[in-house]
Amino acid sequence: MSNFISIEGISRRFGATAIFENLWLPMARGEFVCVIGHSGCGKTTVLNILAGLDAPTDGAVIVDNKAIDGPSLDRAVIFQGHSLLPWRTVLGNVAYAVSSRHRDWSRAQVNAHAQKFIDLVGLTGAEHKRPAELSGGMKQRVGIARALSIEPKIMLMDEPFSALDALTRGTLQDEVRRICTDTGQTVFMITHDVDEAIYLADKVVLMTNGPGAVLAEIVDNPLPKARSRTDFHKHPLYYAVRNHILDFLVERSRSFDKSGHDPRRIRHVTPGLPEPAIATDTSFASARRSIS
Amino acid sequence: MSVSLTWRAAIVSVALFACFVLAWHVATQGTGVTAKMDPEYAKLMGATATQGKSAMPGPLDVGATLWSHIRNPFYDNGPNDKGLGIQLAYSILRVLIGYSLAVLVAVPVGFLIGMSPLMSRALDPYIQVLKPISPLAWMPLALYTIKDSSLSAIFVIFICSLWPTLVNTAFGVAQVRKEWLNVARTLEVGRLRQAVTVILPAAAGTILTGMRISIGIAWLVIVAAEMLVGGTGIGYFVWNEWNNLSIVNVIVAIVAIGVIGMVLDLILARLAKLVTFAE
Repeated sequence: MSNFISIEGISRRFGATAIFENLWLPMARGEFVCVIGHSGCGKTTVLNILAGLDAPTDGAVIVDNKAIDGPSLDRAVIFQGHSLLPWRTVLGNVAYAVSSRHRDWSRAQVNAHAQKFIDLVGLTGAEHKRPAELSGGMKQRVGIARALSIEPKIMLMDEPFSALDALTRGTLQDEVRRICTDTGQTVFMITHDVDEAIYLADKVVLMTNGPGAVLAEIVDNPLPKARSRTDFHKHPLYYAVRNHILDFLVERSRSFDKSGHDPRRIRHVTPGLPEPAIATDTSFASARRSIS
Repeated sequence: MSVSLTWRAAIVSVALFACFVLAWHVATQGTGVTAKMDPEYAKLMGATATQGKSAMPGPLDVGATLWSHIRNPFYDNGPNDKGLGIQLAYSILRVLIGYSLAVLVAVPVGFLIGMSPLMSRALDPYIQVLKPISPLAWMPLALYTIKDSSLSAIFVIFICSLWPTLVNTAFGVAQVRKEWLNVARTLEVGRLRQAVTVILPAAAGTILTGMRISIGIAWLVIVAAEMLVGGTGIGYFVWNEWNNLSIVNVIVAIVAIGVIGMVLDLILARLAKLVTFAE
């Protein structure tokens, strides 16, 4: 399997303190990967490095066979705070991204393209409102529309729904899932919400506490790709996955034993399966086939 | 009875004004004939000595003079007798020229300082030393080098308007939210386009606040500057009327200076509101 994204031995150090050390992570095209870990473990730094906003002290990130060297329109970021420009309208915010992608487009072309993505996230009718007039959920929708409108190769999301109330969060998760599945988008998302990770991700990467954080293991999500919000939590393996991740967050993220941990070959686990085996890609695939 | 706060405040304002005017009127009234004296001698001594009338003009005198100025603001009877409107126009013109030049210099330099930590450190000592200098201290130097009193006044306005706008622009530019810059960076927006499309609108409110402080200071300084350079302007008018011992005209000028200052401030406050957006 050729990796679309490959994080290769990145570290980030400030002086003598290492936030994280020697992280390796491959991602395939079209994959939805969630990183879960406690605040301060360096998740956001990893995302910023992927975005090109920050540079690793050591190591490199390869995307589509090219090493990352600064930000790129191929990698869209949905920020934790919505980070909309308050002096621009909804349309203006999305159009700003579109016109950055397509410098030669006319204003009408830009606006038409932006409108398409505003419609996609369900904000039709609110185009001419400014961010201050929108609810938190609507603001984050604009952020999503802005990221999608540049039609990136990868979407990077930094706890995009953490500031929203539970109902709004649920609706937005549904929409992001639908849009990403429809468009085959590759997504790298940071979260600390276990259910969010199980609902959205193909793979959940567990990160230990910093300083010196490592990627402890990768949970291959055994839930079928076609899952729905109404019954994904009734799946027979749901609690196994949930308990596994929660156990990690509560206990093992602190006490993770780094001896014998090979950062280049992170253990894959599929909770709930008879043998949470050391997974090669083929054994993972067959395990998944056996449950679905 | 529910009367809106605006109306209640207006009523209190008017009542306070009425009390003030009444007290002023009573305080400056004459006390009547104080001493019997020869009519010829009394004429010589004036009303202050003979009838206990205050040397301070009352509100009615000031009102009448103010009205005559308003009715005929632009007369010109030679260098020492011009209408209040002409004098104010001279002052406003000088302020606007000096202030505009200051803004043209301060905003780009402030941008440079705000965007470049190197320039910020390098220019900081100069700004810290130059900022607290009273603008009037520059006057002799300006007169000596420029050799034109009117231009010197404009230069003094320029110098005093410079600092608040400069410092505020630098602050506003340096304080632009990192996320907004990151948005621009992930969209591969170039440095120049970033400055125009993100930094300028984000810092506009702070820049306008600096400009508002600047225009206030400029209007304070122009009166003093014109007292020194003379010739025309509201500052010169005040000093000239003092030499004429026309306290009525001095008070009228004070009122006019206050009103114009308020209008200038209101205009910039309105502009600042236009470019400030809630998040």
